Amino acid sequence: MKIKTALLASALTSVGFAAQAAEVTVMSWGGAYTKSQVEAYHKPFTAETGIKINSVDADNPATPIKAQVEAGNVSIDVADVEFSDAVRLCDEGLLEEIDSSILPAAPDGTPAADDFIEGALQDCAVANIVWSTVMAYNTENNATAPDSIDDFFNIADYPGKRGLRKSAKATLEMALMADGVPAGDVYDVLDTDEGVDRAFAKLDSIKSDIVWWEAGAQPPQLLADGEVVMSTAYNGRIFNAAVGEGQPLEIVWDGQILDFDLFVVPKGAPNKDAALQFISFSTDTQRLADQASWISYGPARKSSGALVGTYSDGKTEMAPHMPTAEANLGNALVNNFEFWVDKDAELNERFNAWLAN
Amino acid sequence: MTDATFSPDEDVAKAPAKGLTTADGRPLKQALARAQSHARWRAFFLVAPLLAFILLTFVVPIGQMLHRSVYNDGFTLHEDIGSGTQTPLMTNLKTWFKDNPAGTDPDEAAFAALAADLLVLREVKAAGQAGTRINYELSGSRSMFTKAARRAKKLEPPYKEAILDLDEDWGDPMLWRVMRDATSAYTANFYLAAMDRTKDVDGNVVSVNENRQVYVKLFTRTLMLSLLITFLCFLLAYPIAHLLATLPLAKSNLLMILVLLPFWTSLLVRTTSWMVLLQSQGVVNDALVSMGLLGDENRLQMMYNQLGTIIAMTHILLPFMVLPLYSVMRPINPSYVRAARSLGATSWTAFRRIYFPQTVPGIGAGALLVFILAVGYYITPALVGGADGQLISNLIAFHMQKSLNWSLAAALAALLLGGILLLYWLYDRLVGIDNLKLG
Repeated sequence: MKIKTALLASALTSVGFAAQAAEVTVMSWGGAYTKSQVEAYHKPFTAETGIKINSVDADNPATPIKAQVEAGNVSIDVADVEFSDAVRLCDEGLLEEIDSSILPAAPDGTPAADDFIEGALQDCAVANIVWSTVMAYNTENNATAPDSIDDFFNIADYPGKRGLRKSAKATLEMALMADGVPAGDVYDVLDTDEGVDRAFAKLDSIKSDIVWWEAGAQPPQLLADGEVVMSTAYNGRIFNAAVGEGQPLEIVWDGQILDFDLFVVPKGAPNKDAALQFISFSTDTQRLADQASWISYGPARKSSGALVGTYSDGKTEMAPHMPTAEANLGNALVNNFEFWVDKDAELNERFNAWLAN
Repeated sequence: MTDATFSPDEDVAKAPAKGLTTADGRPLKQALARAQSHARWRAFFLVAPLLAFILLTFVVPIGQMLHRSVYNDGFTLHEDIGSGTQTPLMTNLKTWFKDNPAGTDPDEAAFAALAADLLVLREVKAAGQAGTRINYELSGSRSMFTKAARRAKKLEPPYKEAILDLDEDWGDPMLWRVMRDATSAYTANFYLAAMDRTKDVDGNVVSVNENRQVYVKLFTRTLMLSLLITFLCFLLAYPIAHLLATLPLAKSNLLMILVLLPFWTSLLVRTTSWMVLLQSQGVVNDALVSMGLLGDENRLQMMYNQLGTIIAMTHILLPFMVLPLYSVMRPINPSYVRAARSLGATSWTAFRRIYFPQTVPGIGAGALLVFILAVGYYITPALVGGADGQLISNLIAFHMQKSLNWSLAAALAALLLGGILLLYWLYDRLVGIDNLKLG
């Protein structure tokens, strides 16, 4: 009888032990972005520590965390999530806290807490990049080049389909900016019922011409296929399609929405220590700068800025392609995570109702 | 049939048992009962693995799902995931709610209770959890909890003033109504939300604001599209099944492969193939444009809308209609129709009165299969449905994966399950489930 129970127990648990101790599972967003992390973080980490990295992708790595933690069957050690998701998951007690003192200081000795951009270090999360949602277009499919966020909503002068992320976040802000609300006032306006009505009214004007996307790899594809003439997109994806693959795509920086991506460790991660080791390794000054040479996302450390060089083709200077470059910040909005943590449910409900009508 | 035949078992049972014994002297009745109970146990052990499997993977999870739709302890209990320690939340407030009937204006005692509870929230780090539960019903309240809990230690009497000073929304009667409901983990509010209803300040059930109504509309759309897809599948499958059933075996086997091959192909592969075909720069549009039937400017929009969902789902579900139809058509003796014809029936009458009625069990089985699968379809509408081709299952997935409001997802799923059971019951009353022939 005892042997039987032991056999059964081992059969049940062996599924959970698929990951051995010397291995870290990192979940990220796939495509060019995951590639940049594999090149800049995973490979050097494995070379130095011998710990193997198992890289998995999701449309949004925040989504499987709750299910895994609540079911008590966590398979992810590190996830790369957006700002509001990091705060929300942390508040709900689904993430391990990360003590920022484990992070290495900058080369000049500045402690990590001062070296990271403001807001980049949270109770449960460490930011690695600054990215942005931008509007991009295909130069071959637009007679005149659009140059502002207004043009995205101007079907008469710029005919053709538009690609938009199927989510209230960023979409509503862009609609308001296109409707003439200055970036600084967007969240104040969106906090009122009239403001929300105004954003949806603006979206109504192009509703029948929208193609909705969900995965970050979709917009460059939709643009290259000619399925849409303009689309919102993550700026790094467009950069890689344009510079890396030679697609005729351009970014319009007007009305860009900046956000952090942060590393988090789900509560009960099977290899927590190795996960923290990975995060501390990956977010040091040099690694963050290295990642920027694979995709045009800004490093979250101030000290990395000076080390950012050229793209992996060896000739394209990365600095002007960063969302944080001075020239690109003309009309830029910083995503307000507190607003979205609070209003996510309500606005997405309304967004879903609007979509279904 | 069994009524007429001679049944030896019954005969034995009816025989006078008194005094009859087996060869080793035991009463016959006892020996028989023993043998029968052995047989029953053997049968039970044979099905036990399946029973355990169904219990573990089907009954228990669905039970949990149904339970979650009426139970949410976000505001009443905190469980530390690491250590498993459970801490009851909002206990002081619960007592105050118990002592004061609904509609009482929160007084100093109420705010003092709230302040004490906020302190607990801060200690066990459950402010986000409690705020999320309230936020489901009153948007914007989440950050009030996290902020207030952060400052809970600094709160001093008079508490009412101190808390209202943090955020005057703490005096909102709606918030107190929602908190009163939430101090009980059992609630029907998620079912209300799943039917576009909510409770107002006084606890009366009212419709939610028109621009947030979505679920009833999607339930109706799911039902309508599923019926339409079932009907289209029937229209397409009937002639195919008839052809398969009447052709010589060698030819029909070859054709059968054409039905089965897509059936065996991955759902995702078939859906993405439709995307390649239907998109505006896709094969169908390109062909129409190059043939000059369509201007380059007027390419048809056949995807990312309802049409895309209908086309792709009809194709994917077609085999579920063809196979049951084929299985009832194959054994139909062709001489019945020939007899009808020789007796003077037109080919239409012969079909209508003789052939068609014999295929009804197959139609019933196929329609039920296709309909039930269509109602729960999720991946295909998500990929090709765009905005107006979404079904209720897409919103269930949204609440499972993105908004993380599992109770609402469970309530929506339970309503869907209930709806299907109701339709099944109706089907049984109208057509009779015995008339079902699956193969």
